[in-house]
Amino acid sequence: MQFDQILQYTLSGISTGAIYALIGIGFSIIYNATGIINFAQGEFVMLGGLLTLSCLELLNLPLWAAVPCAVAVSTVVGVLFERLAIRPLRQPTPINLVIITIGGSILIRGLAMLVWGKDTHTIPPFSGDTPIAIGGATILPQHLWILAITLIIIVINKIYFYHTISGKAMRACSYNRRAAGLVGIDVRRMVLFSFIISSAMGAVAGIIVAPLTMTAYDVGVMLGLKGFCAAIIGGMSSGISTVIGGLILGVLESLGAGLISSGYKDAIAFIILLLIMFIRPQGLFGKADSERV
Amino acid sequence: MKKMSLLFSSICLTLVFASVSFAAGTIKIGALFAVTGPASFLGEPEKKTLELLVKEANDKGGINGMKLEAVIYDTGGDATKAVQLATKLIKDDKVSLIIGPSTTGESMAVIPVVEKEKIPMISCSAGIKITDPAKHWVFKTPANDHVAAEKILNYMASKKQKSIALLTVTDGFGASGREQIKALAKQKGFTIVADEVYGPKDTDMTAQLTKIRGIKPDAIICWGTNPGPAVVTKNVKQLGIKTPLYMSHGVASKKYIELAGADSAEGVMLPAGKLAIYEALSKSDAQYKLLKGYDQSYKKAYGTEASTFGGYAYDAFLLATGAIKKSGSTPEQIRNGIEKTSKLVSISGVFTMSPKDHNGLDLSAFEMVKVVKGDWVMIK
Repeated sequence: MQFDQILQYTLSGISTGAIYALIGIGFSIIYNATGIINFAQGEFVMLGGLLTLSCLELLNLPLWAAVPCAVAVSTVVGVLFERLAIRPLRQPTPINLVIITIGGSILIRGLAMLVWGKDTHTIPPFSGDTPIAIGGATILPQHLWILAITLIIIVINKIYFYHTISGKAMRACSYNRRAAGLVGIDVRRMVLFSFIISSAMGAVAGIIVAPLTMTAYDVGVMLGLKGFCAAIIGGMSSGISTVIGGLILGVLESLGAGLISSGYKDAIAFIILLLIMFIRPQGLFGKADSERV
Repeated sequence: MKKMSLLFSSICLTLVFASVSFAAGTIKIGALFAVTGPASFLGEPEKKTLELLVKEANDKGGINGMKLEAVIYDTGGDATKAVQLATKLIKDDKVSLIIGPSTTGESMAVIPVVEKEKIPMISCSAGIKITDPAKHWVFKTPANDHVAAEKILNYMASKKQKSIALLTVTDGFGASGREQIKALAKQKGFTIVADEVYGPKDTDMTAQLTKIRGIKPDAIICWGTNPGPAVVTKNVKQLGIKTPLYMSHGVASKKYIELAGADSAEGVMLPAGKLAIYEALSKSDAQYKLLKGYDQSYKKAYGTEASTFGGYAYDAFLLATGAIKKSGSTPEQIRNGIEKTSKLVSISGVFTMSPKDHNGLDLSAFEMVKVVKGDWVMIK
């Protein structure tokens, strides 16, 4: 096996993994604030890509304006989703909430199908598609965008959660909702914040991958599941361990497809998911006695 | 008790009489299309095409003075539903023939029903199993996948390309293509040096292609429908692979070039049904006028380009109405009429049916084309 092949597998894996990581963090943020898995997370990825397309083609906006516009609209959808579907629930048991998010995702996907049709769409790459060679392997400029934006988002997340009042309040909610409420934190507002952040992040992920992977009303399903895997590997943390989880997943998929067999590519992701669930349900990096208990 | 049985038998009699009287001035054409669900890219244009054609035919006064009526049901791509709806078409709607279903799985499920009820069916799905071996009441309009595969391999032979790397999608279309190519390649003396697959929703195929790049085949054949092949095309460009890349007829539309980008798709070759490339055909081609007419009236009615898939329904409609004109409108007459079809110029090709061949298309259904500057160019 040649070195440049391994390098190519790894690089491809890292860039795919960065996307899984971004989506995975979206899962974790909502999980930590509300205790639910938001299965509609993948739909925000889809919305990001398709809304950018509409901004570019229907409104004729330049890319730099289309992106924030698409993120803003997706975030509004996230807020509406929280307000209309999550908040009105009288007895929010986790199972009810999870089923609501699944219902919500089907609804959003159905509406997207009506708005954008069933075709696959593409948006132009941010800065051309001339491949960049790195020691025998090649990546595209868009991959650099993906890596850079993922990195920036992680840094912003870190600053928000550790150095701002509302970020700290959100962490307090994740440790103990009741206690957080008792010290005067508006838990429901924090839940809303968590939806704002994760829908915006999902949309960003959807936009930066669309030039490479293309987008359609149903891309959210598979990307959402992979992001969920990343979050599980990372032990549902909204920080660096989910990122590493995503990267591990991406690289293993790519190496598995290249070295073992491409037929098992998706199986690899889900075998990892099952193994983690069986052996280390607290995540690859979590301590056994989780702080959330 | 006796009263009950009398009542029951009289109901039965009424039903029998009702079913005899279906030829009163209208011919009912039943259709099963996957208008929604994963195969909607097939079912939707098929439904639109059939509606358009029925309207056009009725505006012209019908067939043999009889009006046509299309009863179209949406199967959602679900075989169980397709069987239920087929029974409904036959028992409740009393149709004279069934057009569709859209997918191979549904067609295989419906075949026993139409064989039992003796109603002709013209399937719009490509699977070779539907008409091989030929079944008495079953026909199909899309050319077999192996015809497209053979077209590619013949072209490769003329270019002295001997080793093939396969990259196929893991759905019905890809799996069927993979089998056909492997069987044909063995017959024709090609060697398969790589046999890779990808999932229908996969977003990155660089791993498979890196492996293929390391093997250095003479050609890569990718078998799938959008968006996978477009991703493969982009990845090939990214990895700087110079090996000739062949695609299947499944992506023979402008959409593929648009998705992959004209730059990345440059030089990609594929066997295309003539509808996708009719503008590049010579005006003397037997199908040219029909293809142009179909594309233009479809655009006028629905605002989008006509697709090969809608063409399958067009073929089925022409086969059926041709048979009705010649032989008559009972299910038996229609079936016999379709089987006698000879040199019928249609969208997918020129159909010549026989008791052994219920598809009726040959290699001439496809043309090898190449992407040059974002458009199709015919290659010899």
